[in-house]
Amino acid sequence: MSRYRRRRIVNRAMEGVATVAAMLAVGVLAIVVVSVALRGAGALSWEFFTKSQALFGQPGGGIANAIVGTVLLVTLAAAMALPVGVLTAVYLTEFAPRRVAVPIQVVLDVLAGLPTIVLGIFVYALFVIGHTQSGLAGAFALAIIMLPLVARATQEVLLLVPATLREASLALGVRRWRTVLGIILPSSVGGILTGTVLAVARAAGETAPLLFTSSIFANTVQTDVTKALPNIPVLIFTYSEQADPALHEQAWAAALVLMAFVLVASVAAKALLARSRRKLAG
Amino acid sequence: MTGTFTMAPVIDVAQARKEAEPVQREVVFDIKGLTVTYGRLTAISDVDLEVYRNVITAVIGPSGCGKSTFIRCLNRMNDLVPGARIDGRIMYHDEDLYGPGVDPVEVRRRIGMVFQKANPFPKSIYDNVAWGPRVLGMKKDLDERVEKALHDAALWDDVKDRLKKNALALSGGQQQRLCIARAIAVEPDVLLLDEPASALDPIATSAIEELMHELKRDYTLVIVTHNMQQAARVADLTAFFSLEVDDSRRTGVLVEYDLTEKIFTNPSDKRTEDYVTGRFG
Repeated sequence: MSRYRRRRIVNRAMEGVATVAAMLAVGVLAIVVVSVALRGAGALSWEFFTKSQALFGQPGGGIANAIVGTVLLVTLAAAMALPVGVLTAVYLTEFAPRRVAVPIQVVLDVLAGLPTIVLGIFVYALFVIGHTQSGLAGAFALAIIMLPLVARATQEVLLLVPATLREASLALGVRRWRTVLGIILPSSVGGILTGTVLAVARAAGETAPLLFTSSIFANTVQTDVTKALPNIPVLIFTYSEQADPALHEQAWAAALVLMAFVLVASVAAKALLARSRRKLAG
Repeated sequence: MTGTFTMAPVIDVAQARKEAEPVQREVVFDIKGLTVTYGRLTAISDVDLEVYRNVITAVIGPSGCGKSTFIRCLNRMNDLVPGARIDGRIMYHDEDLYGPGVDPVEVRRRIGMVFQKANPFPKSIYDNVAWGPRVLGMKKDLDERVEKALHDAALWDDVKDRLKKNALALSGGQQQRLCIARAIAVEPDVLLLDEPASALDPIATSAIEELMHELKRDYTLVIVTHNMQQAARVADLTAFFSLEVDDSRRTGVLVEYDLTEKIFTNPSDKRTEDYVTGRFG
């Protein structure tokens, strides 16, 4: 009887510990969101979004140039990473023999795990030394970060496409490549978009590679990608180093904007994926 | 079970015998010594068989006897299975199907296939049928082609008002007829059907069987079925495959191949008789 009781108590205790751990995870996010919001909300205003950074020592100003720059950077990075990532996934799931696919898979996983500062210094050595910082170099570094994420997400959704669909197309006498293009990719477009959105969300906040490649920028809107592009992560970093408390508040506000973007993107990605799953299931 | 093949379709079988006198028929597939192995496993061994033009040939037999393996050799779908090895020879209209320089994609274009489970593309009804012809460059009069394929598959009246609707919204039987329409839209020479009605209810099944009688005029049909009554109802010729157990290795072999009527009423092989009378399998 006592043994029975002991088991029951241990069971309860473990359930309690697991629940607390889960709540802790949620709690961490909640604390981060709330504290960033509390400190940053005060600086949010229409001007904050529409005006560029104020000149040194002057009050006011916003982060419009950094928003434009970040959008440009991640768009460029996505344009580079999306085709390569999707094609990599197509190769791995549709064409590669197992003995080739497995090592490539490992390489992709390693790439996904590389510290971003390493990528930053690599791209710095490749493009910036001897030239100048540029949006292109920054986007290239971000693209390397996105590539394995896009490839992995695409691979997962390609594997969801039933083998019977491939058979149906091949049995019509359609070439494999046309089958991929006409049947398999259209069936998985939702999942690919989801992966891309998540990768964009991840890349939008990456700071380390941009410190090397796109950190010395003008305080005006810059659309020339051969020059360093203003961007939110580096702006947050620089402002938080300043002595002016107004700039600290702006750093928090910029962090809030970035975080809001990531949260919205994640939720949107989830919804997209659910929709495409339903579509595939009929 | 013994009475099953004296059902109504006997008339059809009698008719078929007149129509399908094998000696006068053009040979579409001439198969000699076909052996298929998956790694160390031999799926079918030493199969000799001729398939005739505009005739329905049924392949029956117990589970695991290699029926599907056999039919998938006829359009080189087995090429897609890693480790599958095909020995022997399949002549298709006097051309070696596995000869060097033969493109399996071209083979599949001429020899269409319908699968056990209906597998429409997640596209509209129209696009399901139109996709094959479009990709293969048969773009002329596409609408007519789609309509004709749907007509021939006895589906046109069901779907003519909702061609743009998603095909996955159709019932199981309609989906399978759509798959048949999709297969015939690219004008194949032969249609292979791998247990096309096994997932369907009796009404949908009889619709598919009726359809096969219609399709026989234009196509050569080979159907795999584990449903003996179905073979008796639709097929002119029936091939009975069985399992041969040797040293605990199980291999599919062709036991008997003859007019359907003969297979079901007066088989020459004891194993066939045991199977069709329900004593085994």
